[in-house]
Amino acid sequence: MDYSFYQHYWWFLISLLGALLVFLLFVQGGQSLIYTLGKKENHLNMMLLSLKMKWELTFTTLVTFGGAFFASFPLFYSTSFGGAYWVWMLILFSFVVQAVSYEFIAKKGGLLGNRTYKAFLFLNGLLGPLLLGAAVSTFFTGSEFVVNKGNITDLAMPVISSWENPLHGLEAVGNIWNVFLGLAVFFLARCLGCLYFINNLDDSEIRKNARKQLLYNAIPFLLFFLLYLGMLLLKDGWAEDPVTKLISSEPEPLKYWHNLLAMPWALAMLVIGVVLVLYGFGRSAFQKKFIYGIWYAGPGVILVVLVLFLIAGFNNTSYYPSLTSTQSSLTITNSCSSLFTLKAMSVVSLFIPFVAAYIWYAWRSLDKKKVKSSDVSEDGY
Amino acid sequence: MDQIDVSLIDWSRAQFALTAAYHWLFVPLTLGLGIVMGVMETIYYRTGDLKWKQTAKFWMKLFGINFAIGVATGIILEFEFGTNWSNYSWFVGDIFGAPLAIEGIFAFFMEATFIAVMFFGWNRVSKGFHLVSTWLVVFGATLSALWILVANAWMQYPVGMEFNPDTVRNEMNDFWALVFSPVAINKFFHTVLSGWMLGAAFVVGISSWFLLKKRETVFARDSIKIAAIVGMIGILLSAWTGGGSAYQVAQKQPMKLAAMEGLYEGGNSVGLVGVGILTPGKEYGDDKEAFVFDFRFPKVLSFLSTRDFDGYVPGINNLVEGGYDTPEGKALSIAEKMEKGKIAKAALNRYREAQKEGNETVAAEARKTLDENFKHFGYGYFESPEDAVPNVPLVFYSFRIMVILAAFFLVLFVLVWFLIYKKKFENTRWLQWICLFSIPLAYIASQAGWVVAEVGRQPWAIQDIMPVQAAISNIDTGSVKLTFFIFLTLFTVLLIAEIGIMVKQIKKGPEFINEKNEEN
Repeated sequence: MDYSFYQHYWWFLISLLGALLVFLLFVQGGQSLIYTLGKKENHLNMMLLSLKMKWELTFTTLVTFGGAFFASFPLFYSTSFGGAYWVWMLILFSFVVQAVSYEFIAKKGGLLGNRTYKAFLFLNGLLGPLLLGAAVSTFFTGSEFVVNKGNITDLAMPVISSWENPLHGLEAVGNIWNVFLGLAVFFLARCLGCLYFINNLDDSEIRKNARKQLLYNAIPFLLFFLLYLGMLLLKDGWAEDPVTKLISSEPEPLKYWHNLLAMPWALAMLVIGVVLVLYGFGRSAFQKKFIYGIWYAGPGVILVVLVLFLIAGFNNTSYYPSLTSTQSSLTITNSCSSLFTLKAMSVVSLFIPFVAAYIWYAWRSLDKKKVKSSDVSEDGY
Repeated sequence: MDQIDVSLIDWSRAQFALTAAYHWLFVPLTLGLGIVMGVMETIYYRTGDLKWKQTAKFWMKLFGINFAIGVATGIILEFEFGTNWSNYSWFVGDIFGAPLAIEGIFAFFMEATFIAVMFFGWNRVSKGFHLVSTWLVVFGATLSALWILVANAWMQYPVGMEFNPDTVRNEMNDFWALVFSPVAINKFFHTVLSGWMLGAAFVVGISSWFLLKKRETVFARDSIKIAAIVGMIGILLSAWTGGGSAYQVAQKQPMKLAAMEGLYEGGNSVGLVGVGILTPGKEYGDDKEAFVFDFRFPKVLSFLSTRDFDGYVPGINNLVEGGYDTPEGKALSIAEKMEKGKIAKAALNRYREAQKEGNETVAAEARKTLDENFKHFGYGYFESPEDAVPNVPLVFYSFRIMVILAAFFLVLFVLVWFLIYKKKFENTRWLQWICLFSIPLAYIASQAGWVVAEVGRQPWAIQDIMPVQAAISNIDTGSVKLTFFIFLTLFTVLLIAEIGIMVKQIKKGPEFINEKNEEN
């Protein structure tokens, strides 16, 4: 197993974490539905109780996604976080207010009042998926930055990564395709939120309303997602020469489509993922007694997002293209950690199945009993 | 930006310090309260006595409120390494990122998974599984502390790595050297055990309030019994590991030690300042006396620093000017280290140029020079030798505050435990008041400890390798100022809200329900 293997392995793990994160955004999707499905106080309390049992998994996955990126591709961490400052700060802000809201909303003495914490949850439900989607889209559409490692010896200006746009990340919303992916992720999160409520809340009225909402949100999701996917597969991309490690001076036409063709298993995963999502959505929306849609759409989402990340980084592709300095573009080879660190971290990663197993066990233990109206007072809402 | 704005460095430091200080308000309580409530639930599990279940549940409620805001501030800290210290993230990300990732994979998921079971599993899982979940939350929090402290200790004492001029960064070459660094081990135990002290002070203080109000007296007495023991263990072991920390600081960060002691002129058989007042405005190089007043324990600083009562401890002047004897020979002055740092930088530039041009001979020569001088690489960023001196008064007084308060808490816990054991605590109202008002003192001690650790390390982001001005991100100062004030406002509002909720929950008290005790 050579350096290249570990680089690919760690890009796969990052992609998997990213895919899991998008699935777990059902929490944010659920939060964005609190004004829609939670009009009755008891319904709202059931929704919040149910989400409160899961929100930390999403939060932790985001933190681990960041930590794993830092450990395995530190140049991305350095360049993107230090450059697209405002996008990341807004994302963080929305997650900070979420973290306290579940604990503070139901308790007296919280200074800001329940309405504010409810608004915080909605804000996180809106901004979280939207901005994360837009940020991930820049993996394909590119950003304006320059990396010059020689700067490190410059006393006056030792910073190696510089963002070339004064908006420091906010310029991403000026690209319509970034907005489209942000909106796709936002509506996807809402669909997943509906599926989660259908599965986890033992209340016929909420389930009925959630099915309706699922349909309303699935349509814009599919519209934005399919438009984005179409654009992506027709889009140019930046390729890295596997020998010289230089980025091609001209973009390669249909690069991401070529990546799919070069990795037919990824194409198969994409198709299976899309089918699973459509099946989960369709059956849940139209079959009144069906509550397991999340267990079809969830894995489907994981497969689709995993493929998107993989075609961004695999097959000698720049996963973070620079629009101002082609050779500054980041690839899994020029931005990764040393072989020693990747190897050490790979040993650590062998414990991930164990972590996944206990999460599954704990989740199953809690979900054996669906959330009922009577649980609200018993568990503190 | 062609030149880094000096105020950007200050604002970036301020933002990080703000986030870290707020985060550290909540973490020690998580660590300490976790142990207390874990013990309580264990007693419930073993005895089946419901009063212990309700007692544990009460403290768990407060734990949950505190935990949420701790999580909120924690996420900012991790990402601020990227947003505000992007150069740092590249220069040492190969080493520093690993503990953060491991923390996420092992510790955060454990906490996140089992905290849900701990809060919502009472009626959903078995008693045994619930107890295991509670302890796993506590274990996860402690594990999280381990990895972040391994990372922090590495910033104080960078080991297990080498500089790679091709990638222009430091790369890990010994993972276990990082994990088992003596600084990391000491720091972990010292920090976690001080968290036990804080958690215990919190429980003793709140329970004393119940006794003062003559409410829930059995609950309060039971809580104090456990907390006082946890507090005593925490404080005694903190003192022990503190001694170890002092030795490590003396060996690895002598400038920090000199600042902790306000020691300008070093020597043999140096005393430890018990209490003292520094001469205002005293700076390196002036003729002022260091102290207006000081009381010293003779020879103790020498002993703590060298394990020898007559050992030599360098002061700030000695460290700046060099020339004293060390096991490696005569100590270099800061000016000499600056020179070597500049040589290392020039060698790095030469190496990169030669590599580009394919000139192997020049590259090899430059690499040799770089390797010989890399130890002092960070000094090459200094403008004058005075840059190496941290804020002495802040470090000196913070250290005294921490140590004096630790001694106070040791006496307090021993006294409380003794009176509880003798069944006299309930009638000792003056002590109950002291316990109640001691809660903020525990927080002050805890914060002071971090001020010593972090301000004492200045001007370094990574000791001897990267000063803060080289660790920065290239963003405009206005953006950092704005986010500083946003977070200041947000964290302050959330802190007030947290305290408000805690007070309401405490006033509400534990909920003792009429259930029959279970046979076990």
